[in-house]
Amino acid sequence: MRLNVDIKKKLMNFELQAAFHTEGEVLALLGASGCGKSMTLKCIAGIETPDSGIIELDGQVLFDSSRKLNLPPQQRKVGYLFQNYALFPNMTVAENIAFVTVGDRAEKKKIVAENIRRFALENLENAYPQKLSGGQQQRVAFARILASEAKILLLDEPFSALDSYLKWQLEQEMLEILERYDGAALFVSHDRDEVYRLCDRVAVMNQGHIEVISTKKELFENPQTMAGTLLTGCKNISKARLIDDHTIAVEDWGLQLHIARRVPQNLYYAGFRAHFFKLAEDEMAENTFLMEVVRVIEDSFSYLVLVRVKGTSGKTLLWDVDKELWQKITSTSVQLFLTIPADKIILMEK
Amino acid sequence: MDISPLIISLKTAFVATFITFFVGIYMACFVVRMKHFQGIMDAIITLPMVLPPTVVGFFLLLIFGKRSWLGQLLLQFDIRFVFSWEAAVTAAVVVSMPLMYRTARGAFEQIDKNIIYAARTLGVSEWKIFWQILLPNARQGILAGVILSFTRALGEFGATIMVAGNVSGVTQTMSTAIYSAVQADDDATAFRWVIVVVVFSFAIVMIMNYWVNYKTKNQVLAGAGK
Repeated sequence: MRLNVDIKKKLMNFELQAAFHTEGEVLALLGASGCGKSMTLKCIAGIETPDSGIIELDGQVLFDSSRKLNLPPQQRKVGYLFQNYALFPNMTVAENIAFVTVGDRAEKKKIVAENIRRFALENLENAYPQKLSGGQQQRVAFARILASEAKILLLDEPFSALDSYLKWQLEQEMLEILERYDGAALFVSHDRDEVYRLCDRVAVMNQGHIEVISTKKELFENPQTMAGTLLTGCKNISKARLIDDHTIAVEDWGLQLHIARRVPQNLYYAGFRAHFFKLAEDEMAENTFLMEVVRVIEDSFSYLVLVRVKGTSGKTLLWDVDKELWQKITSTSVQLFLTIPADKIILMEK
Repeated sequence: MDISPLIISLKTAFVATFITFFVGIYMACFVVRMKHFQGIMDAIITLPMVLPPTVVGFFLLLIFGKRSWLGQLLLQFDIRFVFSWEAAVTAAVVVSMPLMYRTARGAFEQIDKNIIYAARTLGVSEWKIFWQILLPNARQGILAGVILSFTRALGEFGATIMVAGNVSGVTQTMSTAIYSAVQADDDATAFRWVIVVVVFSFAIVMIMNYWVNYKTKNQVLAGAGK
C-alpha cells in the first residue's frame, strides 16, 4: 500500500509544500501547531483541495492538478481518524459501523459482527456514542474505518485534547490496533514521545515544509534541522561557529566544544539534550567545564538544574538530573564539573 | 357561524408550511455550502421577515399582477392568480420562509463538521449524508422552524390581503375575517375569531415549550462535540 504525496497549497502565513511517500509503515508527521500537518492529511483525504500537485494511493491517482483530476473523498478509500472521533451521534455503535459498509444485508451483518468482535465492542452494540468512554469511542471509530475498507489510516492528533492518564490508556489501545493492522498509516502529532512510541519513521514538518524524513532513531540522534531539534525536545540550543574540523564555538554558552564527528562547513546551530550531561570524574577530561548553579527547579521525578560555565556570562544550560544523584551532589561536592560528551552534540545546518 | 375562515386559514397554513419545509431546508443547505456571496443570499432570503408585509404584498403584485410578464403568461392559460387561494398560499410561503430557513440553517451549522467529513471519507454518499446524518441531527431545529413557520403562515395578514384579498369562502382567513368584522362593526364575530386565534396560538407555543424542555432534559443528541 504505497502513498505518494507531492502537493502545494497556499495557506494563511506560508505555502504548504508536502512531498513524501510511505509504504506499509506508520509514518509520523511531527510539527508544531499550525505547521500544515493536519492540512496535509485533509488534502490526502479530499476534505481540502491542494492548489497543485499529485496524490497517489496504491497505484490510483486521487488528485492530479495537471490532469484536473480530484476524486471526491467518498472514492478515495482513505480512513481518517478525527480527534473527536466524529461518530454519528444519531446511530448506535452497530449502526455507525453498518452505515459505512457496502454489500447486501447478510454481508453488512457479517462485517459489522467481525469488527465488533475485533474491537471488543460486544456489549456496546446498541449504545449511542455519547454514552461511550473515550477509549470505546476510539475503538468504534477504528472499527468504522476498517469496515469501510480504507487502504490507509490517517490519524489526526488523536490524543492532543486528553488528560495524561486517559491519553496513556488510549495510546496503549492505539498501539495494539496499529500492531494488528499492519497497513500504512500517517500519524500527525506535535508530541515527540507519542511519535517515538507509535511510529517507525518520522517526517519533520516546519512552516509547511517537510525538512527531514528519517527513522525515529536517526531523527532523535541527529535531528539535522532547528525545527527537528526543537520538536524532538532538545532544550539547549545555541548559535554555533566552526573553528576546525572537530571543534566548534558555541556563542550563547561561551564554550568551545570538541565534536566526535566531522563538523559541517555551514554549521548554524548546536544543541545538547538536558539529560546527556555527565558528572565529570576527571576535571581535565574533554568538554568538561566547571559549572555554577543558577537555579534549581524540582520536577516530578528529576531536578531541572540551570547551570552556567563558571566565569562566563553566557546563557544558562538546562541539566535534567536524577533526584538521587542531585541530592548526592549537593551533600558532597563543592565544585561541580560537568562533561558534554562529544558524540551527543547535535549540529544543525539550518 | 360560518367556519370557512378557520378551514381556509388551516388549509393555507398547512400547504404553505409543507412548501416552506422543503424550500427552506433546501435554501439552508444551499447557503451553508455557498463559498461566495453567502451574506447577500442570506439577506435576500431573510428580507421578507423584516420588511413590512405590505411591501412583500406589493412585490408579489408586481411579480404576479396583470401587468407583469408572469401575470400575462398565466392569463394565457386563463389563470387569474391575484385574489385566488393560491395567492394566499404564496403570500404565506414568502413570509414564513425566512423562519424555516434561519432555524434550519442554525441547526445545520451546529452539527460538527468533522461528522460530515468523516461520513465522506467513509464513502457515504452526499444524499445519504443529508437524509441520514444532517436531517436527523438537526431535527430539533427543523421542527422548531416548522412550528414557527406554521404559526407565521396562520397569522399572516398584510401580504395576504394585498394579493389574495378578503373573499369570503375563498381567501378569507381568520385574520382577514377579524378585520372585516371590525370594519362592519360586528364585534361579536370579531371576538369569536380573536378567541380562536389566541387559543390556537397559545396552544402551539405551549406545545413547543413543552417539547423543547422535554428535549433538553432528555438530551440524546448531544453530538460528539469538541
